[in-house]
Amino acid sequence: MTDVEVAAPHRTSSPQTAPGATRRRRRRVPVGRIVSFSLLCLVALLFLSPFVYMIATSLKLPSEVLSTPPRLVGSEVRWQNYTEALEYAPFGRYLTNSLLVGVLGTALNTTVCLLSGYAFGRLVWRGARPTFMLFLATMMVPLEVTVIPLFVIMQRLGWVDTYQALIVPVGFSAFGAFLMRQFFMSVPRELEEAASVDGASVVRTFFSIMLPLARPTIAVLSVFTFIGFWNSFLWPLIVTNDVTTYGTIPRGLQAFFGQQGAEWHLVMAASVMSMAPIVLLLVALQKHLIKGVVSSGFGGR
Amino acid sequence: MSRTVAGYPSLSATGTGSPTSGKRRHAWSGPAFVAPHVLGLTAFVVFPIVAALLLSLFEWPLLGTTRFIGLDNFVSILTDDTFWAALRNTVTYVVLYVGCNLVVSLGIATWLGPRMWGRQVFRVLFFIPAVTPVVGNAVVWSLLYQPDGFIDGWLQSLFGVQAPDFLSTPGWAMVALVVMGVWQGFGYNMLIFSAALDAVPDSLLDAGRLDGANAWQAFWHIRFPAISPAIFFGVTMTLITSFQMFTEAFILTKGGPGSSTMTLVLYLYERGFTDQQLGLASAAGTLIFTIILFVTAMQFLGEKKWVTYD
Repeated sequence: MTDVEVAAPHRTSSPQTAPGATRRRRRRVPVGRIVSFSLLCLVALLFLSPFVYMIATSLKLPSEVLSTPPRLVGSEVRWQNYTEALEYAPFGRYLTNSLLVGVLGTALNTTVCLLSGYAFGRLVWRGARPTFMLFLATMMVPLEVTVIPLFVIMQRLGWVDTYQALIVPVGFSAFGAFLMRQFFMSVPRELEEAASVDGASVVRTFFSIMLPLARPTIAVLSVFTFIGFWNSFLWPLIVTNDVTTYGTIPRGLQAFFGQQGAEWHLVMAASVMSMAPIVLLLVALQKHLIKGVVSSGFGGR
Repeated sequence: MSRTVAGYPSLSATGTGSPTSGKRRHAWSGPAFVAPHVLGLTAFVVFPIVAALLLSLFEWPLLGTTRFIGLDNFVSILTDDTFWAALRNTVTYVVLYVGCNLVVSLGIATWLGPRMWGRQVFRVLFFIPAVTPVVGNAVVWSLLYQPDGFIDGWLQSLFGVQAPDFLSTPGWAMVALVVMGVWQGFGYNMLIFSAALDAVPDSLLDAGRLDGANAWQAFWHIRFPAISPAIFFGVTMTLITSFQMFTEAFILTKGGPGSSTMTLVLYLYERGFTDQQLGLASAAGTLIFTIILFVTAMQFLGEKKWVTYD
């Protein structure tokens, strides 16, 4: 709000100094913009305060966590909260598990979506339309409906507490197939015709022409699928009992919170570790991610 | 859409053959390319849906012998007060959450107009909690809501009043979940609305200004109709996902105090894994799915009333 008062004199003084009406108008606009911008900064700060408080708490002494008024910095900055959290629970293991499950799950989903998206967007075959409708229908079904039978299937296969249970049953989401289909439909026909004149097979055309073109779309799909795997909680909660061996980050964090709930300094250190990788990913790939959300409706919660 | 799915329209135009020969062009490669995905979806989505219906007709403990019991599971759910509480709570949550989410995301998207400095930075900032793990977000908010925590601490030192114990007071617990949910989720709709607003042609707004429309009128009569398809999409997605709210309640309140924040999916989880009755949980899942389908259908029926497509 102080910016408003600082900026206000400009508005009253500018007509005296400005020689013309155009100048005056140009001068008057920024005041509104400055006010609006400053207010937005305040809102953004308020919005980010939970994260700030999380980081601050993760570096405090346990006795200074709950203080009135809340303080940003305690009497000392305790980096050892992080190493202590790592001793209490195998966060290194959780991190590795999350990476493993995320990367393999993303590879599985992206591969099947790439292939089916190509078949829907580019190939002419009997039954394409009903198959496409089936894909559409599966997207309407929330995981909550299938989660119990999926668990029973996992029991029967002996997959409870295995990596494949965390990857395979949730690796076939049809959403990416739509994204890939949209992309393949947009590729100009001429590119493919040139190849078929040369006598290239469908498989060769796919690998040598389509795959390189599809790289940006594959990247967007992969990142969102990875984030989905990284954050998923309900399925890992159900299908892993042995958290210390098969826990992913959210599952591990929940178990840690359940056991050490009162040790806020350690819980917050663990939270920071669970969020940091994904925030870095967002900042690094912001342009692509935002384009992905806008163009395809990714990431809905 | 149908034309492009069945075959490319340009096929006959380029003279490579009649539509019939076109259909056969990829008679084998088409199914081959789609096969892995179809197999996976059949095994892990289609089959489980059928299995869910069957399971819900059985007494099916987590471990032990199963027994066919007809519709008994549905009867016991529909006569369970906790189920109705869960349904009421979920509807309350959905109405509050979708409403607040829409107002906040639309407001911020409008605020982040093309003339705002650093709008790209703001967009990324507001989107952060939408990609961080829900468990992490919920754990952090759990600390914010604690007595003597961040919110209570500020209230005490600024106004000298004690905040309610948000997570253990009926009523406040639901509000706490909605606030945390909106904070976490509005960035997604904000991005979609922001892009839709950018696409509204300047000529429309200029015409409105010439007709003497003020900012408020320009919003309701020009911008809102122009982006109504985006809003419809956002509302539909937000409705579906908020009906499935689970993790936030599981971490923050465990459905309590009492069953004041018990949600439908939490109810399903507890029947399945606290009571260890998978048949009962499956019947709950079937009911939840029916409710979501019904709400989505109503959404689409109401679409004509307020969504304008060009």
